[in-house]
Amino acid sequence: MSRHDRAATIVGCGQSRFTRWGGIMEKSQFQITAEAISSALKDSGLTARDVDGFASFSNDANEGPLMQVALGVPEMRWSSMVWGGGGGGSIAALSQACAAVESGQAEVVVVYRGLCQGQTRRFGRFGQGRTHGNFVHPYGLFAPPQMLAMVVRRFMHLYPITEDHLAEIALNARANANRNPNAVMHGREMTKKDYLGSRWIAEPLRLFDCCLETDGACAVIVTSRERARDLPAKAVQVVAVAHGSGPAWGSGPLGSNNMPDEDYASTNNRRVAKTLFGKAGVKPTDIDVAQIYDHFSGMVLMALEDYGFCGRGESGAFVAEGNIRPDGGLPLNTSGGQLSEAYVHGMNLLIEGVRQMRSESSTQIKDAELCLVTGGLGVSPTSGVILGRD
Amino acid sequence: MAYFPDDMPGVEPNMDDAGFWDNCRRRELRFQACDACGMLRHPPSPICPHCHGTGVKWVQAPDEAEVYTYTVVHHASHPAVQSRLPYVVAVLEFPGLPGVRLVTNVTDIPPDRVQVGMQVGLWWDELKEGPPIPRFRPKESAAS
Repeated sequence: MSRHDRAATIVGCGQSRFTRWGGIMEKSQFQITAEAISSALKDSGLTARDVDGFASFSNDANEGPLMQVALGVPEMRWSSMVWGGGGGGSIAALSQACAAVESGQAEVVVVYRGLCQGQTRRFGRFGQGRTHGNFVHPYGLFAPPQMLAMVVRRFMHLYPITEDHLAEIALNARANANRNPNAVMHGREMTKKDYLGSRWIAEPLRLFDCCLETDGACAVIVTSRERARDLPAKAVQVVAVAHGSGPAWGSGPLGSNNMPDEDYASTNNRRVAKTLFGKAGVKPTDIDVAQIYDHFSGMVLMALEDYGFCGRGESGAFVAEGNIRPDGGLPLNTSGGQLSEAYVHGMNLLIEGVRQMRSESSTQIKDAELCLVTGGLGVSPTSGVILGRD
Repeated sequence: MAYFPDDMPGVEPNMDDAGFWDNCRRRELRFQACDACGMLRHPPSPICPHCHGTGVKWVQAPDEAEVYTYTVVHHASHPAVQSRLPYVVAVLEFPGLPGVRLVTNVTDIPPDRVQVGMQVGLWWDELKEGPPIPRFRPKESAAS
């Protein structure tokens, strides 16, 4: 098989219904994850007998070897889990699936994540066992919004970024969610006044700057381009995929306090961005639509800069000009993202990227050929992919 | 009385950070440095990222530090902090200690008066259990 024929291709995606946390109690988290995978397989035209690999991330409790048994997969040739407890590894799991397929170690790899916070634990709360917990818990620094609020504060101190710019990230997400019937916040419009009136969680982050806490599961199917040719589904190219980290990001709580000074008010994505655009042979201006991991609004602004859509400190002006709206230069988080669609650790953003490349989005961007999707920001590792219309 | 209630999650020293907490028990804020090359690192870590030395020394921190960034926490992510809301968590930098940033609290000031660049001074918070915890307050009131 030529290198071209082996190129990793996404041929299917599936998801459960999305609800507020605690909304899915009638089925186990494992079951809705297995169902999402089954539905992704149906979408692709493949069956469990074709699957030979599993990739996930973020300490996913829905273990691949158990999934093999549950779904009746006869032979597993790839199983991998990306380190890190947040969503930073979402696209890194995709990159592992692509590595498996392109190296010939597996032919059909499922990338998946299931997360029912009502059945396990809420990510916005104190959790035992956090790395370096001794250096954060006694101070009341327990959860991601508090940790990343400090990064956003520094960013707003260094550059002309205001609450109006944070608001624009949240308002755009909500407007997009209102076109997406599967979004948890569908039917709940948000005005600027609503945004400004929402309560503080950890300044400078308000409630509406923070992602939802939801229940849901997502899966995508990765195989080779050659195999994809025989399938009924619309294939989506993985033009370039990368994951990684700069120095020292892994050493602090959520990577939020010990990275080099020049990296502090950033998302740890500059290196990933450089790799991605280099491998794809495209520029930021070639990207037609983006799904950027929106756990917190301020981090999305930094990512716009780290990926080169605007200069350092210019993301506020960039979003104020309307660029991230559906009719702007870089339509963003077109499903409503994790602020307003659902929080499945970024896997729902990957599915939305696939929908854009298959012209199936509820906020479809006309003639979109390339879509950037990122994993979680401000952690280690981080990850990103450029998807292409086949 | 301790800054947070007694049911606040505390410190459980482990093999890699016990030295830091031993110093806190003596009310000394000291940061770990490699005893071969001198490179500072925090939180403590079992090997020097610069020279891979495993020997350490503990460098005394100055009593004063600067607020690098901070957040005002309004939402209780643990029941213990409910009565303390809103409180300030800050990241501090210390003069002469490159590479060290400390997560701590800035106390004894209305949260809306905290600023990046503010000078703060160390105080020790005695807990019911475990080592004293280093917290900071604005410099002018540090001696009180």
